[in-house]
Amino acid sequence: MFAEAVTEIPPYLTTLLWLAPVPLFISFALIALGFNKSRPLTTATAMIAVLLSCLMSFIVFFNVAGNHELGQAPVRSMFSWLATGDTALKIGVVADPLNAGFMFMVPLACTLIFLYSTNYMAADPRYTRFMGYLSLFAGSMMGLVMSDNLLTLFVFWELMGFCSYSLIGFFYNKPSAYNAAVKAFMTTRVGDMLLILGMVYLYATTGTLNFFDILHNKETLEHLNTMPALFGLSAAGAIGLLIFGGTVGKSAQFPLHVWLPDAMEGPTPVSAMIHAAAMVSAGILLTLRFFPLFQITGEGSGAFQVVAVIGAITALMGATIAVAQYDIKRVLAYSTISQLGFMVAIIGVGGYIPAAFHLLTHAFFKALLFLGSGSVIHGVEHGHHHLHGHKEHGSSGAEGHATHDEHDTQHSEEFDPQDMRNMGGLAKKMPITFWTFVIGGFALAGFPFITAGFWSKDEIFAEAYHGFTHGVPMAGIVFVILVLSALMTAFYTMRQISMTFLGEPRTEAAAHASENKWPMTVPLIVLAFFAIFAGFINIPSDFPIFGSLMGGNAHWFGHFLEGGLVEEVTKLEFNAVPVFFSLAVALGGLFLGWFAYGRKPLKAGEADPTQAFLSRIKLPTLTDGVLDLFTFLNRRWLFDEFYRKYFINPLQDFADWYSKAIDKGVIDFILEAGYLAGTEVANAFKWFDRNVITGISDKIGDVVRDIGDGGRELQSGQVQNYLLSGLITAGAILVFFLVIFQ
Amino acid sequence: MLNGIPLSWYLIVAGALFCVGLYGTLARKNAIAVLMSVELMLNAVNINLIAFWRYITPGTSMGLAFTAFVFVVAAAEAAVGLALIISVYRSTQSVDPEMLDRMKL
Repeated sequence: MFAEAVTEIPPYLTTLLWLAPVPLFISFALIALGFNKSRPLTTATAMIAVLLSCLMSFIVFFNVAGNHELGQAPVRSMFSWLATGDTALKIGVVADPLNAGFMFMVPLACTLIFLYSTNYMAADPRYTRFMGYLSLFAGSMMGLVMSDNLLTLFVFWELMGFCSYSLIGFFYNKPSAYNAAVKAFMTTRVGDMLLILGMVYLYATTGTLNFFDILHNKETLEHLNTMPALFGLSAAGAIGLLIFGGTVGKSAQFPLHVWLPDAMEGPTPVSAMIHAAAMVSAGILLTLRFFPLFQITGEGSGAFQVVAVIGAITALMGATIAVAQYDIKRVLAYSTISQLGFMVAIIGVGGYIPAAFHLLTHAFFKALLFLGSGSVIHGVEHGHHHLHGHKEHGSSGAEGHATHDEHDTQHSEEFDPQDMRNMGGLAKKMPITFWTFVIGGFALAGFPFITAGFWSKDEIFAEAYHGFTHGVPMAGIVFVILVLSALMTAFYTMRQISMTFLGEPRTEAAAHASENKWPMTVPLIVLAFFAIFAGFINIPSDFPIFGSLMGGNAHWFGHFLEGGLVEEVTKLEFNAVPVFFSLAVALGGLFLGWFAYGRKPLKAGEADPTQAFLSRIKLPTLTDGVLDLFTFLNRRWLFDEFYRKYFINPLQDFADWYSKAIDKGVIDFILEAGYLAGTEVANAFKWFDRNVITGISDKIGDVVRDIGDGGRELQSGQVQNYLLSGLITAGAILVFFLVIFQ
Repeated sequence: MLNGIPLSWYLIVAGALFCVGLYGTLARKNAIAVLMSVELMLNAVNINLIAFWRYITPGTSMGLAFTAFVFVVAAAEAAVGLALIISVYRSTQSVDPEMLDRMKL
């Protein structure tokens, strides 16, 4: 499959590592500084940049992939950046087993998303700005992946935060988009604050931020682990958790997950970027980076447990909310949250390899699903516009309209092209989108054996089950929760596929939908390929039939990753129990979904069976009284309402009070008093200036002028007078020296 | 004491000559006369130089040399001065120094 154990590392690799993100930044600069006048030029710049980046990181990836010594001797290059006193902060780039996979996945996904955007955003008036931001976003992610230290990682991390802010709020004239952008930025900021604290703590204790120096150095790790910190945690655990705080914000973990679904306000390629290639992956990558910090605290330690609990809550919560959504992108958003919860939860029980593996496979199929949903929206929107164009203008002018997303603002009251209830029957209209979406959906659900999602999810179950049978009770809880979540995942995936594609069109718009052009379908096909085959890089060697089929390449990714850790990770024996659960929940969930939605697809105006079923259950809520379960889930566990009631409103009240009482009452009073006192002092100074300083200086001027007037008399122009004054002066000097000076 | 004439007599003559020259320089209304008065002062100095040389340092030739220099300077000065005066006369039809106050600022 890949070249086995390349021991010789070509020297140009470090150069390529440095250069890989650069074209994208140049592209951003060029587009921002003038290329934005021309759309073809922008398209060409962005595509060439992303292809160059892609090429360079692919070269690096194929040179390092499979090299088992890479973990101990990563390809790296650095230089001193900030010299402070006699220490210098070194920054650099690195290729090690953990980020090698990203060097394949990230640029590939970015390239496909760029290609997709050139068509998807083509009609937007601000297309060039979009491509510029997208370049910066992709460049930041590449930079983050290559970073060999926490500082530059953080810089790129924040750059991505900025890009996501700009892109989520891309349709800034739409209040919901603007609010979503602010929300995303503010929410992730909470996590970033913790990350900064962790970074400072780490630097204070170790004196370096270089990953390799800290995390591959057993002495440093042991030292951190013996140093006590707060709440019975060791410094290692505390730093790990603080850094994990950054992940909670960036990767949308409970309780900071609320920004991710709202990020759907951005154009769909941005959603794919955020959910697959960049933002959320960066968060998980960070926690995986610092996995050795958790690892040193021991299995089942407090730090591990916090991570596991947060991951498990997120996984379950995301899955339950996704079941009750109608917006095609929102279902995917919550499934992302849920899947990220899987990864975090499994990190919490020590599953380094399953988390990294699932992160890679998830990126492929989630990018696929998002681009697929964008294709669906584009198609339905087109169908809708097709009708509209005929009705309103009586012309064939379906082209030249604003894009779907913007269009959405104009017609949102009458028609929502993202609502799955307005779809149905699209399988026949959009066959490529349908089949690739099915592949992506089945990968998400974990359809056995032929999808990437199955292999990575199976690995997660196996790890959790192994932890449970080896005396970590938390692993058992995680296992149960993840199995439940996976069941729901399969169910809502099938619900989504059925509602969108099966049966008969429920609206005129869906009936007139059509397949999109090649720049939108090609990325779907490429991603579908990876959604199937990406799983084969890490099939357990003792898995029946498939393990032996893979031969020496079985568990290839796992072996490769292991090299990057100082401590051994536990070897998993094949166990039939987790595999059984994995098969049961995937197939069971898909069957349930098919039974409820696929068997006899919804007709126009028919009630949603999930809604009918869940509405019977009532439960009390903190903010909105008693609600039925479906509404509760549909309104996302009322998190937004909860935050508004218990955090935002009290803060606003406090701010109002502060503005009135402190700002206007106290501070303004002090300022007023200071102003008055200052005026008095100034008046006193003014008097002094007028009478004393001005008087003295005027006098000096007068005297000088008088002397000058007197002296001018001497300047008569008479030669003989001059001579006489010379004589008198000489006489005076003579008298002085001869008589007085003597 | 040479030939019974003391140094002071020479100095008195020189002083008197210098005063005559000074008076002329300051008081005459004719630029040429002023120039001549300047020559008188220079010659008073020359008398002094010669007298001091002869009475005090007869062994050296410094006094003679300086006197010669003063002659040369005086000749040059007279030439330049006369040329200036002619030039002034051509432009103002006058050689009265009091009329020449164009140097006033």
